[in-house]
Amino acid sequence: MIGNFIGVLFDGIAYGSLLFLISVGLSVTMGMMNFINLAHGAFAMVGGYVCVSLLQKLGMPFLATLPLAFIAAAVVGLVLERTLYRQLYQATHLDQVLFSIGLTFMAVAGATFIFGPTQQPVNLPDWLRGQVPVLGLDVGAYRLFLIGVVVLVTLGLYFLIERTRFGAQIRASVDNQTAAAGLGINVSRVFSLTFALGSGLAGLGGGLGIDVLGLDPSFPVKYMVYFLLVVAVGGAGSIKGPLIAALILGVFDVAGKYYVPEVGAFVIYTLMVVLLILFPFGLVRRKA
Amino acid sequence: MSAFSNSTLKTRDEPVSEPVVAMNKSALRLPNDRWKPLEIVFWLLPVASFFLFPDYLVLVSQIMIVGLFALSLDLILGYAGIVSLGHAAFFGLGAYTAGLLSVHGWGEPVSALFAAALVAGIAGFIVSFLVVRGEDLARLMVTLGIGLMLFEAANKAAFITGGVDGLSGMAMGKLFGVFEFDLFGKTAFWYSFGVLFILFVILRRLVNSPFGMSLRGIREGGRRMPAIGANVDRRLKAIFTIGAMVAGVAGALLAQTTQFVGLDVLGFPRSAELLIMLVLGGTGRLYGALIGAAVFMVAQDKISGLDPAYWQFYIGLFLVLIVLFARGGIMGGAEKIYNKFKRKEAA
Repeated sequence: MIGNFIGVLFDGIAYGSLLFLISVGLSVTMGMMNFINLAHGAFAMVGGYVCVSLLQKLGMPFLATLPLAFIAAAVVGLVLERTLYRQLYQATHLDQVLFSIGLTFMAVAGATFIFGPTQQPVNLPDWLRGQVPVLGLDVGAYRLFLIGVVVLVTLGLYFLIERTRFGAQIRASVDNQTAAAGLGINVSRVFSLTFALGSGLAGLGGGLGIDVLGLDPSFPVKYMVYFLLVVAVGGAGSIKGPLIAALILGVFDVAGKYYVPEVGAFVIYTLMVVLLILFPFGLVRRKA
Repeated sequence: MSAFSNSTLKTRDEPVSEPVVAMNKSALRLPNDRWKPLEIVFWLLPVASFFLFPDYLVLVSQIMIVGLFALSLDLILGYAGIVSLGHAAFFGLGAYTAGLLSVHGWGEPVSALFAAALVAGIAGFIVSFLVVRGEDLARLMVTLGIGLMLFEAANKAAFITGGVDGLSGMAMGKLFGVFEFDLFGKTAFWYSFGVLFILFVILRRLVNSPFGMSLRGIREGGRRMPAIGANVDRRLKAIFTIGAMVAGVAGALLAQTTQFVGLDVLGFPRSAELLIMLVLGGTGRLYGALIGAAVFMVAQDKISGLDPAYWQFYIGLFLVLIVLFARGGIMGGAEKIYNKFKRKEAA
């Protein structure tokens, strides 16, 4: 029973860290540009399809495809930010929502056209399959790997944002873009690079998540709620908030599906509404 | 997000500036509520279509029902400025209310409409408390979450709702005890038209009333409204509840005229499509909702027959283009052309 519970907790944390990896970029861009981007899942999908294509068509090893998934999604993000997104930073939230729903629809239809409507299979290398014993418990090797990757990425992100010059520029731009621009920071360039970084992380998450979340053209719509949820509950503009929110949501979602499968996704939606009522501005609120 | 940066960010907002110009002309008068000739022509169109296109009765009825649904969102989004991604929740509640009443022996249509409005209205009233709490992102998430919750509930409660198979076996009574719902959809057509027209007249009056004006005030600058003594939260709750009731009636109409309730009445695609129709027609204008619904549904009828994936792609492309280049939709564009024309005439 206890081992069972720890197993669920472990799966939940793995699931939550994946959600965090995909959503963290959304959180930072949302906090920085005040842009509601419902199309964020599409960048994750780009990463996923890049991974699958490289695995199947070129027979590349799984680990080698992940950096490419990151780069592909980052490039797509950079191009879209430069051409389309930046025109709407000053627009109303409604316009942003409509624009990004439009992008999502196009991504879904495009993916259906190119890859077909079916689920994409992923062949993990042998050392990532099965169970490994950790502290007397058998845990999924892939989930352990997932958590490991996310811990590394999070540490890297923390270092980038808290310790580097570029990180300081990001923080300044999130806090007050007018003042940041006045101090000589090229805010527009910071926006573009941050957007690309966020999209790239989503792409990496999409590639890593094929085994956990699945991959088919409806991916951006199916998980849109989860990504938005992480940001809305965690609070836009921070890293800590989405991390906490993603872990809470991951654990509750897995536990709900395991212990009370008959109510299904109800657990997560109820949790979300409750959290949003208690913290209408997110768990961790940036800016005074 | 601080109050200051929020207000400075939202400077490029085209639809905002237009009503201001229009209001200056009649600044000291109450809004003119008289029916214009063009409006009367507009309402004669569905009547004409009954005689001209008898083969398309069902499509025209559907357009009117969805148009009513779009009207209900226009109240919330176009007038009060609340972005909702889960408006289908109230549509679905209305549809299931009418459907369940009829399955369990209450076939009288008009009273079922009132019941649907009541149920959807109560739900809307409860949700409105959550909606007024947060800002745009939280509102979006709450409405989206409520919509998904209801969908999930209807999906799981298959013993009541029929789940994914839908609710069938609805037996509709005669309308006013006289007109039977026929196979050709004639009764359904006039029934939908009547309900839409009556509700439109009421809503038209509502949005031109001082209450309606105050909603526009909240949309334009919510932080200034309390200063002139308006209770913002109470007004938002009121219009959200009214919008939910109208959506409930639209859902009930759909259930009664098709005598079937599918799970899709609650789905996210329905909420998203509704939003698309509304921006296509133009928000905050009432007629925009109706025109948007008509154009969207006729286009869907023609295009989606080819391939659903193409349809989705074009809808997406179209949304992106409309946001980038044609804010205000069809009605906004028509207004711009009309104003240009008028200015030329004056010069």
